[in-house]
Amino acid sequence: MAPRVERRFGMTVDQVRCVGCSACVLACADENGVPEGHTRRWVSEVVRGRFPELTAEVWSDCCQHCDNPPCVSSCPTGASHVEPRTGTTQVHKERCTGCKACVASCPYDARYVHPDGYIDKCTLCLHRLERGERTACEAICPTSAILVGDLDDPSSEISRAVRSRHAKQQKLDGGTRPRFFLLQ
Amino acid sequence: MIPATLSRRRFLEISGTAGLGAALAGTVPAAMRARFGEPGFDAPGDEVVASVCEMCFWKCGIRVHKQDGVATKIEGNPAHPLSRGRLCPRGTGALGNLYDPDRLRVPLIREGERGEDRFREATWEEALDRVAEGLRGVIETHGPQAIAMLYHGAGGSFFKTLVKALGSANIAAPSYAQCRGPREAGFELTFGEGLGSPEPLDLANAKCVALIGSHLGENMHNTQVQDFAEGLSKGMRVITVDPRFSTAAGKSAWWLPIRPGTDMALLLGWANLLIQEGWYDRAFVEQHATGFDQLAAEVARYTPEAVFVETGIRPDVLRATARELAQAAPSALVHPGRHVTWYGDDSQRSRAIAIVNALLGNWGALGGFYLTSKSELKGFPGEPAAHPEAPAADRKEGQYVFANENVASGLRDATLTGEPYPIHAWLVYGSNLPNVLPDARKTYEAIQKLDFMVAIDILPAEICGWADVVLPECTYLERYDDLIAPFHREPFIALRQPVVEPLGDSKPGWWMAKELAKRLGVDAYFPWEDPRELIEERMRATGYDEAQVATLFAEGALRTEPAPLYFAPGEAYEWGTPSGKIELWSQQLADMGFDPVPVHRRPAQPGPGEFRLLFGRAPVHTFGRTTNNARLLQQFPENELWINRSVAQDLGLRNGQPVMVTNQDGATTGPIKVKATERIRHDCVYMVHGFGHTSKHLRRAFGVGANDAALVTRYEVDPLMGGTGMNVNFVTLEAVEG
Repeated sequence: MAPRVERRFGMTVDQVRCVGCSACVLACADENGVPEGHTRRWVSEVVRGRFPELTAEVWSDCCQHCDNPPCVSSCPTGASHVEPRTGTTQVHKERCTGCKACVASCPYDARYVHPDGYIDKCTLCLHRLERGERTACEAICPTSAILVGDLDDPSSEISRAVRSRHAKQQKLDGGTRPRFFLLQ
Repeated sequence: MIPATLSRRRFLEISGTAGLGAALAGTVPAAMRARFGEPGFDAPGDEVVASVCEMCFWKCGIRVHKQDGVATKIEGNPAHPLSRGRLCPRGTGALGNLYDPDRLRVPLIREGERGEDRFREATWEEALDRVAEGLRGVIETHGPQAIAMLYHGAGGSFFKTLVKALGSANIAAPSYAQCRGPREAGFELTFGEGLGSPEPLDLANAKCVALIGSHLGENMHNTQVQDFAEGLSKGMRVITVDPRFSTAAGKSAWWLPIRPGTDMALLLGWANLLIQEGWYDRAFVEQHATGFDQLAAEVARYTPEAVFVETGIRPDVLRATARELAQAAPSALVHPGRHVTWYGDDSQRSRAIAIVNALLGNWGALGGFYLTSKSELKGFPGEPAAHPEAPAADRKEGQYVFANENVASGLRDATLTGEPYPIHAWLVYGSNLPNVLPDARKTYEAIQKLDFMVAIDILPAEICGWADVVLPECTYLERYDDLIAPFHREPFIALRQPVVEPLGDSKPGWWMAKELAKRLGVDAYFPWEDPRELIEERMRATGYDEAQVATLFAEGALRTEPAPLYFAPGEAYEWGTPSGKIELWSQQLADMGFDPVPVHRRPAQPGPGEFRLLFGRAPVHTFGRTTNNARLLQQFPENELWINRSVAQDLGLRNGQPVMVTNQDGATTGPIKVKATERIRHDCVYMVHGFGHTSKHLRRAFGVGANDAALVTRYEVDPLMGGTGMNVNFVTLEAVEG
């Protein structure tokens, strides 16, 4: 029962391009005032095989802005919510009691407790999207690996990328229907 | 007069001029906290200043936001060809350097014995007087040539002017003999020109690239990584030759985990296959190269089987990779690398790389080495040029004849030995010499022989503890530097300008140099009042109009018309070598008694229980310059010792186990945590450079991780150009409690 939304903003990370440098993590932190010691984004790296037959995957990761977000359904106060114009998952920090039900329910470990007592996470730079700008992570990325856009718009760059490339989603078994895709 | 674009094809680099100016604004201590505001605090209305980054030495364009005099975030400058609106993690996280609470804030004068690291605070007046007195004393007793300057970074240009004006040619950046120098020498000997920075590699259009130890993606030179990603997206095949499974190896069609120190054999094996199989670019070689038959004869012995014995790379793999390069040629290249001081035969290995590239016919070709140009830029009108009389002391007669820049380690040797003549004073700008020059014991010994030493730095790096006077410079975000106009595919002039007021009582380098020049009677070499005048007058003198000058200040970069990037078919070209051709066989080298075609000589191998020490970079760090930056440390808090997992198991070392690392001479560093991984060969260990600081003033970095430089007590000197090969140290590991 996904909430009705005007648009469905999502993100792709191109694993051919991403080198896992963390520029996105740092840009996000300064853009969004993320306190030291916390983060809204992170870089993952998985290496498989035995020497010398190895393969590697590296990618930048964050809140998956799910179509069916467990953080929203688990929130007792309505602080965690789906923002209707963009379909992104957001937190009303004044309504948040810091109970951490959402933290426990998120399979992607995308949330942290802000020192001021509320739960914080990726907003998909909603304030920038509202100004028609790219997210801070997308804008800074030296390898142009990150793409943000409306998945409901078939002509958007992100929709075309998801259609034309092998696009992998993470942890689908929870029924979250994530809007974050890894392009192979 | 219309400023021209200068093509490198007709114009090999002349060194720029630099000046100084007086009196910039006073130093109001800036609010000394990182600004962590509300989401969206960068709302439109932020003041934004365009400038140039110096978190590494690629010099990308940046746009820095500020509010109430405090810098709040940094983004890439779309108007600047090296950043194209994007930025690497170091440039992005630079506010952690700007607002580092450990920064030097006031001038310091030594109180205890030299190296004891005891100082008292001083006024600028007293500190500058003391420096002038120290330098004057050396000039009066020993002559101006007894002053040496060792430096890294853009602000160094003003001190170079000062030291030259005083009459010394002894100016050296370790970025030559301790880093990219052998590559420059190898390419100069072969193609008649070095590569410079940024390197002219057309990675975005290459179809096949071989990386010889280059770890792009961990090395985050912005434009180059952008182009690498673009090439990968377009299906570029990558051959990564590296004892370690790097990030780049993870994106490669081939990973060749070569035995360390045998890259030369592999390269000559490729050259042999290209020739024997007729896969080389015959037309290109016939038109442009000389010495092909001698090359063919010399490399004939590097058969795939012979190369296998040396490198451990199977003959079929050598053949298949050579074929991939040849099939993609001329849109194929062997990456020349950047930090290439490995084994002491490095300029010859760089020559081998140049030779394989020549056989691929990729110079001036799409997807190969593109042709560069630079924006014309004249010096400040009337600024005199200094020409010190004595040649530099970095080499003895007949030594390092193919070095086109001064050899920093050679200046240290002169200080130690008095040969070819003695050095009695050091001016050290932005270079943490104990971690930069090999065998730090020699560096300390040389410093103890000096009459005077001044260090100019931003952070209290180890070198500062050895100085007589420490001058605190403000960061690149708080100062002007001279204009930047490198050779590149898109020629441009870029401006560094201050974003915020300097922290504490720190000052820009231009101001310090100009003040010292006044005290030492050479202020005629700084005929401008302030750097804005220097910049504007250089632009006007070159012929740029007021609108262009305004663009430079507003946008941080001004582009000029590029020259062609590629040769026209069959285009004639006069190469910069003595023969005017690409020299596959080198008469210059033969005349000096060196191998005219590179020869592989296997370096000493580690004994039982020993590992070769290798080191490299992490994407969020630039050596020790960033390892005290809280923002960057959060992403990469300490270095780890990479060791093959089976080997670790045999040694009883578990992941995360702290170990001390000791080399063949008993030098020790650590503790450092073990990273037991499939991603490295059994005969070497690896760590990221820049950790293991011993300066207690770097409170976050002090004692964190291990310092590879402490283990580089042995080094092999490149006889062609004085480079110091550092991958010749062998270490053992000892588990410690943890």
